[in-house]
Amino acid sequence: MRQFRSMAYPYIIWIAAMIVVPMLMIFMYAFTVKGNDVTTFRFTIENFGKFFSDAIFIEVLKRSLFIAVITTIICVLLGYPAAYIIAQTEGKTKMFLILLITLPMWINMLVRTYAWMGILQDDGILNSILSIFGLDVKLLHTSFAVILGMVYNFIPFMILQIHTSLSKMDKSLIEAASDLGANKLQCFLRVTLPLSLPGVISGITLVFLPAVSSFFIPKLLGGGQFVLIGNVIESQFLTAGNWNFGSAISLIMAVIIMISMYITKKVDKVENGERGIFN
Amino acid sequence: MNKKTGIFSKIYIFIIMAFFYIPIIYTVIFSFNSSKSLTHFEGFSLQWYDKMFNDATMMQAVFYTIIIAVLATVISTVVGTITAIGLSKSNKIVKAVVEQINSLPIMNPEIVTAIGLLMLFSTLAVKKGFMTMLLAHIMFCIPYVILSIMPKLRSLDPNLADAALDLGATPWQALIKVIVPQIMPGIVSGALIAFTMSFDDFVISYFVTGNGVNNISIMVYTMSKRINPSINAISTIIILIITVVLIVINVIPVIKERKFKKGRN
Repeated sequence: MRQFRSMAYPYIIWIAAMIVVPMLMIFMYAFTVKGNDVTTFRFTIENFGKFFSDAIFIEVLKRSLFIAVITTIICVLLGYPAAYIIAQTEGKTKMFLILLITLPMWINMLVRTYAWMGILQDDGILNSILSIFGLDVKLLHTSFAVILGMVYNFIPFMILQIHTSLSKMDKSLIEAASDLGANKLQCFLRVTLPLSLPGVISGITLVFLPAVSSFFIPKLLGGGQFVLIGNVIESQFLTAGNWNFGSAISLIMAVIIMISMYITKKVDKVENGERGIFN
Repeated sequence: MNKKTGIFSKIYIFIIMAFFYIPIIYTVIFSFNSSKSLTHFEGFSLQWYDKMFNDATMMQAVFYTIIIAVLATVISTVVGTITAIGLSKSNKIVKAVVEQINSLPIMNPEIVTAIGLLMLFSTLAVKKGFMTMLLAHIMFCIPYVILSIMPKLRSLDPNLADAALDLGATPWQALIKVIVPQIMPGIVSGALIAFTMSFDDFVISYFVTGNGVNNISIMVYTMSKRINPSINAISTIIILIITVVLIVINVIPVIKERKFKKGRN
């Protein structure tokens, strides 16, 4: 069937032009400064220096990481019980619950984020409810609103990932554990939880990555003053027109994401090594 | 729910679902508001739907979203299918390298893909607008199509195509009559993913578009700076269409199964 091989060739040219070249351009711009062309090409780390020596950018970086980490933690804490309960159901109930979880994911993310703007307004429904209890708080244009928006948009990924790994689990393992005298809590901590960790890990990846790079959720729910790293990249490209600095920041972001993924995978391995039942 | 799930579980699931659906219901309700307020419902009215249908920029955004989603889906499904079949017959190194590069747009944050394409198009002096947006959408859709077809090709018996060739089929016939029908489920799910990815895209479209070519996401983003209940109207229509489609997709197999069972009795 070698005659079919050539069918992949057009796409190889396409990915070279549309995926590889843009990636190389990001690297090239990140390590050069404005005014460079092919003849005066000079390698520099000036852009990275500019980022790490400016207190404002460091603050933005810290805030982005803080928001992303908190979002991920909330998604795990709220998503795990939901996935666990859904995994206990069967047949039509399960199908219906999964449909209810997936349905919002099909609706445009901008539309779903916009919906929160009305709810969180100063005279909005949430504040009217809170005022019954004598509370009057500013909700829109705060970190709370941004985290809420991110949890809302990304938690379905977490629930579905954990649910998949819980569903794949061999139920007889729990029966075996309880036959051997483990109580419900022990069954959960020693059998169910370790076996569902791969789902938690891929859920964390699916939540953390968009959370750290998002720029429209902070803009819509955080207001113009709420700047995350994605917003800095956006403004460098679309307002300031500084491709070199913008490329450098996106490389910094990519490296941070890679490091966090690496740590997450490492933690997963250690946990499984110590407490898992198969390693 | 079955007997095993307790009252706490039910309450918990109810709260989670309320969290998911309150903003959606809120959007639908306020699309019928007679005043401009997003916080106080002052009476039923269809004026925002009327405004929406008479708003040229909104209608144009809907048009561009649909046309780009359809074109990007068709092109990326065809190219993705051809490539996946080609890759399955390629040698290991080519296959591994292409699969690795192919997964980059999925693994990378969208904003990184977006700025890469922005710089590429600007450097080549391509006029930003419909063409750049379509090319970008094809670029990020093909990887999903390939990823959903590859597992089907892996589980395909390689002898099937050989048998077709031995029995006198031309390679083209073997491809269309033997291989493609076998991987059809993968092609269909790839096309569905491609369509929704294109329909919902904001980040990449936002960076590569220009000259007034907007899709629904970009429109919502730019309009949301001022209160505009027409956004609720268009959101409600999107929500309605998606809900109906998803319910139909999920209910049809159940009805079919029931009919099949009845037929057997």
